[in-house]
Amino acid sequence: MWELIRANKRDSVLLITLMAAVLLILGFIIGLAVIGPEGGVAGLGIAAVVWLILTLVSFSSGDQILLAASRAQPVTHEVHPQLFNIVEEMKIAAGLPAMPKIYIINDPAPNAFATGRSPQSASLAVTAGLLGRLNRDELQGVVAHEMSHILHRDILYVMLAGVMLGGIVLLSQVFLRGVFYGSVGSHRRYSSGKQGGGGQAQAVIAILAVLAAILAPLMAQLLYFALSRRREYLADAGAARLTRYPEGLASALEKIANDPTPQLATANDATAPMYIVNPFKKRGKMDLSGWTSTHPPIAERIRILRSMAQGASYKDYAQAFTAVTHARNPIPAAALTPETVALRPPQTGTTGPEKVQRQARQIGDIMRKVNGFLFLTCACGLKIKVPPDFRADTLQCPRCGRSLPLAPEPGPGSGNG
Amino acid sequence: MTGTLIALIVILAVVGLIVVAVIGIYNALVRLRNQVDNAWSQIDVQLKRRHDLIPNLVETTKGYQKHERETFEAITKARSAAMGAKTVAEAGQAEGQLTAALSRFMMVMENYPDLKANQNFLALQEELASTENKIAFARQNYNDQVLFYNNRIQMFPSNVVAGMFAFTKRDFFEVGTAAEREAPKVSFA
Repeated sequence: MWELIRANKRDSVLLITLMAAVLLILGFIIGLAVIGPEGGVAGLGIAAVVWLILTLVSFSSGDQILLAASRAQPVTHEVHPQLFNIVEEMKIAAGLPAMPKIYIINDPAPNAFATGRSPQSASLAVTAGLLGRLNRDELQGVVAHEMSHILHRDILYVMLAGVMLGGIVLLSQVFLRGVFYGSVGSHRRYSSGKQGGGGQAQAVIAILAVLAAILAPLMAQLLYFALSRRREYLADAGAARLTRYPEGLASALEKIANDPTPQLATANDATAPMYIVNPFKKRGKMDLSGWTSTHPPIAERIRILRSMAQGASYKDYAQAFTAVTHARNPIPAAALTPETVALRPPQTGTTGPEKVQRQARQIGDIMRKVNGFLFLTCACGLKIKVPPDFRADTLQCPRCGRSLPLAPEPGPGSGNG
Repeated sequence: MTGTLIALIVILAVVGLIVVAVIGIYNALVRLRNQVDNAWSQIDVQLKRRHDLIPNLVETTKGYQKHERETFEAITKARSAAMGAKTVAEAGQAEGQLTAALSRFMMVMENYPDLKANQNFLALQEELASTENKIAFARQNYNDQVLFYNNRIQMFPSNVVAGMFAFTKRDFFEVGTAAEREAPKVSFA
């Protein structure tokens, strides 16, 4: 476990250094092109300042910005006791120092992500669609996957690398727009060229700068995605080890992959690597071996998890990985300590395919609970959902006409939550 | 004269190195021991939580007490035995029995359809199932920590330091038999 975290940290530092180099070189070249021969240092400085500001902002409140951007709402134990219980179970299994804060995203597309600076101040968000569709074992698998991201410090790395990528994209966009709309200072000077050596050198630099501005974001993106794909495998391995039940996550991934709901409304390119499955999974982005995908192919992830027949240790995952993909396993060798981790039997009784209608109703109920609806059950059996802005003391049951008191009663069973 | 001086310096340096090494190993052992203790307290919290849930469960299912006298008695007896356990091994034994008794109890209660519609009972069922899981996961974590710690105090050179400062081996938290190891079957159908 610690070997894995250490190896992860090393990788993150390497990646972020590489991306920083790309950013600074880009700044240098753009500086040369825009300001002239002495502008390199200034460009470098501007790039560094952009990056510094973005990093400071993301460090101080990046998780809050992300949660707000995905419209995640913090929830209490009463809204979904099972989710809270499962998160606590995984927190105990992972030996984390603190409970992550729990958020629900009111979206029917099933997905989840974790964010935060450190395991002490992490947040975990799941969509209502996920809660409505998965059974307990499957939800546990998904939460364990996110918990592994927290445990492996992937959340910090995604944040820093994402910001770095954002900085590079920002810088090159500003420059390219400047060039194409002709507002960059030295533009006229080099485009009218042919005035001897100085102008020619300047023209070459300008072309180099345009090339760099086009290529740098692509390079940074490839770097970012390559590592984030690897982290997904590692988090899957971690989830199997925490739950001792790889089938839970496998079957959850299968359900998510086969889900017909349209993609998550609030996801974008920069946040995509955070989610448990790529939120843009629909047509066109389903490139299986893609260098340009943030996540490994979901079918492959499922097959690897399902071939873990002997146990749930990292070593078992590595073996299953090689058996399925015939590639080098993504887990650092130092973490592959020989240990026997027995699998456990499923807890959820095998349920048949649930009715889509019932699921849809459940998802709706979760969304309403998040939004503060009150749930009443009339004596005639009708379940009434009262919006939070309904102001009255009593309500007449639309089916049998009984009048029901609207005073909120303390929830049953979970009085201490 | 200079020969003895060099010898003295070499001896002092070696002694110094040994002292530093001993301090390092000692601190590492203390850290591991604290981790074991912390992992144990995590189990303890969950075991207490389970003990606290049982009266609630009995209260909610009171109406069926007449028909199922034996199952009711079994869980209350197992609970008091578990609460009285002193050592890790004893606790493992008693908690195993409580798990088995609870599992039988829940299975019997599954037979009453009106209970399955009872919100209180369903909420308790989730709490109980989750507490069983938390116990299992806390045990998983505790046993991992004990393995680290025991390995360390048995392996050279840390075993020498462990012997000097009386670090003793810790027991794994084992649950009685294979049947008892299984959590109660609670279905969420």
